[in-house]
Amino acid sequence: MIARPLIETSDQVFVLLKEWLVGFLPASWQPAAGVVLCVAAIVGLFPVLFALTTVLERKGLGRIQNRIGPNRVGPLGLLQPLADGIKSLTKEDIVPASADRVVHFLAPLVLVVAVFMGFAVVPMGRNMVLVDVDAGLLFYFAMGTSTELAIFMAGWSSRNKYSLLGAMRAVAQMISYEVALLLSSVVVVMMAGSLSLTKIVAAQNQYTWGLPHWYIFTPWGLAGFLMYAIATTAETNRSPFDLPEGESELVAGYHTEYSGFKFALFFLGEYLAMFSISGLGATLFLGGWSAPFSFLTWIPSWIWFFSKLMLSIFVFIWLRGTLPRLRQDQLMNFAWKFVLPMTLLNLLVAALWRFLGEGWERWVFCTVILVVAYVVMGRMEMRREHFGPRSYRYAE
Amino acid sequence: MSLIFYLLAALTVAGALAAMLLKNTVHCALALTVAFAGLALLFLNLDAQFAGFAQILVYIGAVAILVVFAILLTRGSETPQGGVFSRSWLAGLTAAAAVFAVFAWAVAASAPRLPRAAAPATAATPASTVSPAPAVTVEQIGRALTGRYVLPLEIVAVLLTVALIGAVIVAMHEKVEAK
Amino acid sequence: MFGEGILKGLAETARNFFGSFVSPERLTTVEYPERRIAPFEAARVFPFLVYDGEDPLAGLRCVACQICEKECPPQCIFIVKSSDKKPDFVGKPQNYPVRFEIDISVCMSCQICVEVCPFDAIKMNTEFELSTGDRFGGLLLNLDQLVKPNEYYHRIHPAGAAEVDARLAGEKAKAEEKAKAAAEAARAAAEAAQAKAASEAAAANTTGEAGAAKTTEGVGAAKAAEETGVAKAATGEAEAKAASDAAKAAAEVASQKQPDQEGRR
Repeated sequence: MIARPLIETSDQVFVLLKEWLVGFLPASWQPAAGVVLCVAAIVGLFPVLFALTTVLERKGLGRIQNRIGPNRVGPLGLLQPLADGIKSLTKEDIVPASADRVVHFLAPLVLVVAVFMGFAVVPMGRNMVLVDVDAGLLFYFAMGTSTELAIFMAGWSSRNKYSLLGAMRAVAQMISYEVALLLSSVVVVMMAGSLSLTKIVAAQNQYTWGLPHWYIFTPWGLAGFLMYAIATTAETNRSPFDLPEGESELVAGYHTEYSGFKFALFFLGEYLAMFSISGLGATLFLGGWSAPFSFLTWIPSWIWFFSKLMLSIFVFIWLRGTLPRLRQDQLMNFAWKFVLPMTLLNLLVAALWRFLGEGWERWVFCTVILVVAYVVMGRMEMRREHFGPRSYRYAE
Repeated sequence: MSLIFYLLAALTVAGALAAMLLKNTVHCALALTVAFAGLALLFLNLDAQFAGFAQILVYIGAVAILVVFAILLTRGSETPQGGVFSRSWLAGLTAAAAVFAVFAWAVAASAPRLPRAAAPATAATPASTVSPAPAVTVEQIGRALTGRYVLPLEIVAVLLTVALIGAVIVAMHEKVEAK
Repeated sequence: MFGEGILKGLAETARNFFGSFVSPERLTTVEYPERRIAPFEAARVFPFLVYDGEDPLAGLRCVACQICEKECPPQCIFIVKSSDKKPDFVGKPQNYPVRFEIDISVCMSCQICVEVCPFDAIKMNTEFELSTGDRFGGLLLNLDQLVKPNEYYHRIHPAGAAEVDARLAGEKAKAEEKAKAAAEAARAAAEAAQAKAASEAAAANTTGEAGAAKTTEGVGAAKAAEETGVAKAATGEAEAKAASDAAKAAAEVASQKQPDQEGRR
């Protein structure tokens, strides 16, 4: 068909563009130039996406809360990030007198660098991964844990009790949910047989009766995806796990002593972390850049990837507008007493799935085990809570 | 011995030296983190991907944070009054020299057993050494861990579990005492 | 317990999100300043002074009684009473404020001045776009800026203005009636005094002092009627005053007739 070259071209349009641009340079510079071009594309694209997301989030939250979001700057308020950017660039950069200047300066840098590194292994389309590392998933999580250090640096260098407390809480929350995140991703590694993200996408890019082999359509995949989603929301300090951020509204937080552009860098780092971890989730569970139905593969792969990314962002915004904030102890209880056991059980269930072989039995067994475990653990948690009529103690 | 190796080695040594010589304990911890990062980059320079990323994940992501929490929860964050050099520096120097001698002997003694470097750097890959070691994939590491080295793996797992349970018991004990 | 609460919450917020594009009750924002909410009856911002008719100073209801000045909790009202009097809506002479100033940077919109005013002279305005560049004088409203006509009061508080108008009209009608009754009584008393004076004049041919006593009685009765007429018309009306004036004039005429009759003797 005539359309086939067109489909393939539109699918590989960015790869072809890069090769064309790099072709202008001498041969020995070409690999490095190609890499630099890809890095420039990532560094250019995702902050723009961040700007768009901030205004979409404010308008989306506004609509959820029966009000209009920002609508003064530009048509429908879409130029609001421009105004926010100018504001944050022109604000005075205040550093407390007793703060540790070097560490205070380095903290947002470390955060943003660690977050940008994560984008290097996420495949954004067919042949569109910056570095195809054999241990890609491990690299991603290594970069993710470096962000915790940056948050601690920010909180400690401010020499502010509230900053330190907020930073400690944030780090404790992130470490707890990091375990859950890793374990829920290990299931995918187990089933795909590789840590390389491109191989994981390739394993999901197959179709049976038009339906894809995405891991979310399996019992263990669905459970894993839900745990991953919860852990992701907690890792990026999004509502309802935004106690570190909420403290900065109520009392203080780890970025309380940051003003102007450094605060904007923290904000940027948080949103970019959201993007990359949503991209990773799409890669692990939603098939990355593969299309949902086999008759839709003519749509370019990068469009599918970014659609899944924006869908995840929309779900994040939706969650933020719906749920109240969790308290620190509720958060930690939830992580260690519910999410972690469920992820461990999910590992066993995935192993069972593998070894039961093809057929309907494995669907039934795995689903039953997971549902029963969910119900039992839910009931156990509830019994611990002692809900009843509130009792009051009055001063004698 | 390429330029990159020298740079990374300098970074690692500088981080380790700063971890010793800085006054502020949290600065020392952060300098130690730089040393860990230098080590990880050295691993990556040798194409040991799993080791490098695991080094970052475990050391920088967990151990450094553990060190920092330990400094903060005790009173180590105060700057020491008497300076960073201790009075028994001669004993310390002797111990360090002895350990270094042991390591140097071990490395030098195993040098003949390493595979020789292959052809010198070609025009296609400037300034990087062709890696002589066979590329180790994660699958090979996994097979080795669950095949040949399964006993050490299980012992380490038991050790970690014991440590976890011990930490919980210690913390619970304090909670009971606090009540 | 199993997350169905979260799902219900998510459904509710999704309904809100999509509903905000179609139904106005799910998007309650009024985009000020392009669109404004219609003002409602009980809205209040800062006080203003009401005047009836066309001339702000002649129709001003405020009589500078200074009750609002005393009752204002942050003491933001400053009044200087006049030394002369002018007639109010029932015709009685009242003082008026020479200076009446409210500091709206201090005023807390508590409406106490409105509640205590016995003359319905000060009411709450609803205008809030009062920003000014002058931090000190710009927020001090003087008499010229505070007076607004009764029609304006009707526009912003229709129910309240209607009630005040009805009450004031009722009082005016009562005062008129009293004055009319007083005038009637005065006229009747004057006529009775006249008739008595005539009969006394006939009898005065014999006893002059008795006639003089009776005429003074008549004059005294007419005077008493006039006084009660004034007392009954408390807020005063011009016509009642005119009626009592007429009664007075009639009494004067009646008393003037006596010396004539006495003189004729």
